[in-house]
Amino acid sequence: MGTTTIPHTETTAPVAPTGVWSWITTTDHKRIGVLYGVTAFIFFLLGGFEALIIRLQLGSPNNTLVSAEVYNQLFTMHGTTMVFLAIMPLSAAFFNFIIPLQIGARDVAFPRLNAFSYWVFLLAGLFINFSFVAGPLFGANGLSVAPNGGWFGYANLTSVQYSPGPNIDFWVLGLQILGIASLAAGFNFITTIINLRAPGMKLMRMPVFTWMSFVTQFLIITAFPVITIGLVFLLFDRVFGTTFYNVAAGGDVLLWQHLFWLFGHPEVYILILPAMGIVSEVLPTFSHKPLFGYAVVVYSGVLIGVVGWGVWAHHMFATGLGPIADSVFSASTMLIAVPTGVKIFNWIATMWGGRLEFKTAMLFAVGFVSMFIIGGLSGVMHASPPADLQQTDTYFVVAHFHYVLFGGAILGLFAGMYYWWPKVFGRRLREGLGKTHFWLLLIGMNLTFFPMHFSGLLGMPRRIYTYGADLGLNTFNLISTIGAVVTAVALLVFVYNIWASRHDRETEANPWNAATLEWSVSSPPPVYNFAVIPTVQSRLPLWVADGVTPATQPSVPPAPIHVPGGSHWPPLTAVGILIMGVGALLHHAFLPSLITALFGLAVTVVSIYRWAFEPFEV
Amino acid sequence: MGRASIRYAPAARWATVVALGAAVAVLTACSGDSYPQSTLHPLSDQTSAIDALYRHVFWWAVLVFVVVQTTLLVTLIRFRNRPGAAEPRQIHGSTLVEITWTLAPAAIIIAIAIPTIRTIFEVSGAAPAGALQVDVIGHQWWWEFRYPELGVVTANELHLPQGRPVALKISSADVIHSFWAPRLSGKRDAMPGRITRLAFTPDSLGTYLGQCAEYCGDSHANMRLRVMVSSPADFQAWVTAQTAAPAPSDSTQTLVLAGEDAFEKIRQPGNHSCIACHTIAGVSGGVIGPNLTHVGSRTTIAAGVLPNDSAAIARWLHDPSAVKPGSLMPTIDLTDQEIAALVAYLQSKK
Repeated sequence: MGTTTIPHTETTAPVAPTGVWSWITTTDHKRIGVLYGVTAFIFFLLGGFEALIIRLQLGSPNNTLVSAEVYNQLFTMHGTTMVFLAIMPLSAAFFNFIIPLQIGARDVAFPRLNAFSYWVFLLAGLFINFSFVAGPLFGANGLSVAPNGGWFGYANLTSVQYSPGPNIDFWVLGLQILGIASLAAGFNFITTIINLRAPGMKLMRMPVFTWMSFVTQFLIITAFPVITIGLVFLLFDRVFGTTFYNVAAGGDVLLWQHLFWLFGHPEVYILILPAMGIVSEVLPTFSHKPLFGYAVVVYSGVLIGVVGWGVWAHHMFATGLGPIADSVFSASTMLIAVPTGVKIFNWIATMWGGRLEFKTAMLFAVGFVSMFIIGGLSGVMHASPPADLQQTDTYFVVAHFHYVLFGGAILGLFAGMYYWWPKVFGRRLREGLGKTHFWLLLIGMNLTFFPMHFSGLLGMPRRIYTYGADLGLNTFNLISTIGAVVTAVALLVFVYNIWASRHDRETEANPWNAATLEWSVSSPPPVYNFAVIPTVQSRLPLWVADGVTPATQPSVPPAPIHVPGGSHWPPLTAVGILIMGVGALLHHAFLPSLITALFGLAVTVVSIYRWAFEPFEV
Repeated sequence: MGRASIRYAPAARWATVVALGAAVAVLTACSGDSYPQSTLHPLSDQTSAIDALYRHVFWWAVLVFVVVQTTLLVTLIRFRNRPGAAEPRQIHGSTLVEITWTLAPAAIIIAIAIPTIRTIFEVSGAAPAGALQVDVIGHQWWWEFRYPELGVVTANELHLPQGRPVALKISSADVIHSFWAPRLSGKRDAMPGRITRLAFTPDSLGTYLGQCAEYCGDSHANMRLRVMVSSPADFQAWVTAQTAAPAPSDSTQTLVLAGEDAFEKIRQPGNHSCIACHTIAGVSGGVIGPNLTHVGSRTTIAAGVLPNDSAAIARWLHDPSAVKPGSLMPTIDLTDQEIAALVAYLQSKK
């Protein structure tokens, strides 16, 4: 981001320090947001590359581009990467950058904990992906010992008996470490949103993005403990020989499925709610109209979050839960269609009667609405358990959740990128390239995922590295593969757009004439965000049409502002946790494992101690 | 924004609608023969009930799709930014409208939920009295089928009589699998330590494909199965053949006799031997791999991946992992002569 261009005096207006070290030790929520965004986008490209190889392998029947072993690693890492290392942290990039600005705060509640979350996320992501080249260290035949149990890691395939290699250990430990980052961030943002809102920023005046993020944080802090427990059981089974999932010793394989999906379904809403929030910001801005039914949109988001806890077993209809349980989980799942439908109607009503400016951000937001409808409708289809007995674990389900997660979450996140890019970097992405990106991506994703509805209904199971020519699915699979290539080209256009626009300059505070507080400060914002903490009197503080005077920020702060300095203890704590993870990974060699884990523990404890007693000032 | 994008937007969406309609028409018109693993061409009471329910839900979804996407499209065109357009009226919402569009999806959900719950109970897996009992056991990576009342044990090819209800009792010997023969039955997971059930009545003669539908490790993709539905008389003939005591190997066929020797031979290192894992009635009692007593009567080997002919059996014996990655059957140091003898021996086991 560099430094601000606002004139100031040293005593009253702190400047962001520069240099690599300043980024490593930063506690500025804006820089951490950028770090999250860049890191997550690189993981997104990696996960996309994995998907591209998967599609190339499936482009024709009996293909031998990759082996079964490699294919199983690729689909496992594709799912794991996209859920935990791409979409969640891309949302976290927006939480970090946007939420404090939207609620009129100077930073998050716990800036060093925020830095800690980022470094834990980065190191855990590197840890899991290191498995692609770690084979020789574990005496494996090949280079890669990447996780191969699926992103859902069903017991008892993940047990030592059926997965003896380090593959599953990388997965279990990586997710366990990532969970620390998510939980710390979740508590941080809940505290931030509850405590740091500017005067007058009542809950029901909060921008919808902040609201949906708020709901998401509650889902994170309640869902992640559940998978943590599931993973602890699995880790203990693998390392200490406990028998939670060992049927022969009285364990139960379904226990894992309940724990995983009790986490996994709220996780779906963790992925989609922030994108819904972004769209709820973009549509009003480019429609020149306030969001239709603000309160209903907020309450629907809360309702989705609550009911999302009562639907997990719809992932398990094929396990034969019995007709009563099937009926109950079917009904609760279908119920979610109501608040979701209401949101969609409100978004369309927001545009109805407006003056629609089709900037790239708007195109992505409209694309989100249109594609999300398709994913929602196929979701209602397999909310019906008998239909699900045919559709589950087929490409029909793959089509469904890619319409939700790609057509939904990813298009929503791209809308957010084009929308807030000028705020974050002080320049816009180019519109022409942006529109090319949008249309190529829309065509590419539909070519990829729409035929999967058919290949699935016609009998293509998921997670198969090969299929016979006799199934009649060659054409649908080939179209999907062509679509994946188009999608990849679309993403390259986006990357080129970032490069092409790198010297453009945009100093306007509010280039889109939007209504919320983040647009009242300069682009990019000064390190202290607000020279004066604004007093909020409206849900749309910057729209004069709303009958409210916009907040005006003086270019020089009238009083000294205390901005916390950097700290290297949060990243060091994260390194300590990583070392403990490496120690656990080596569990087959007792002494090295113990020594490494204890060393990691020491680093962690010392770092936390120094962090706790560090004077935290400029 | 450009007018260009406005022109393309409807085109792209209408293309989707047209493609959807055309694809539905094509799929409905096509026979199931082109898609042997199709869920849309049901051939049992259970899959027909599921299909009827799915079509009901599908048309509701199409209705919602068309109405909502059309409304979106009309909104985008009608309210696009035009030069000199006035600022729109700042409307914040309408309680009446909100209530309407909360109730509308709720009503559709009820229209879907009622037949759903009715069908849930219909396909719950409870079989009528007199159903043919079959135990289905998933293994990495093949299917074991046992007919407890008939004394038949076979693998990967499930024989059923037309018109008689069948009750499947499903479990697993190792990890979780899922039994799925889409034209005859929806999925049911095969889990270690648990019993699950399926019930259906096949209504058409023929051979239908299926495969494991729960990821179960390296060769999940190669865990296929066939369901052969035959007339009650043909089924009875098959049962009779499967339960007949196997004839001793013909002493005039030296190759078959050599094959039997190779089958029983213990090999070092590792004590590898066919008999350690496979049962051939009167010869061996291994239970780790498929029962081979009547392997010559099957149409495929290696869980439906290869045809049951000399070349394929030889290829399989030569290196099982090359056919089925991760195969639990080890590569045994067989000579070409031994392989030829084993092929003859196995093919003689009709």
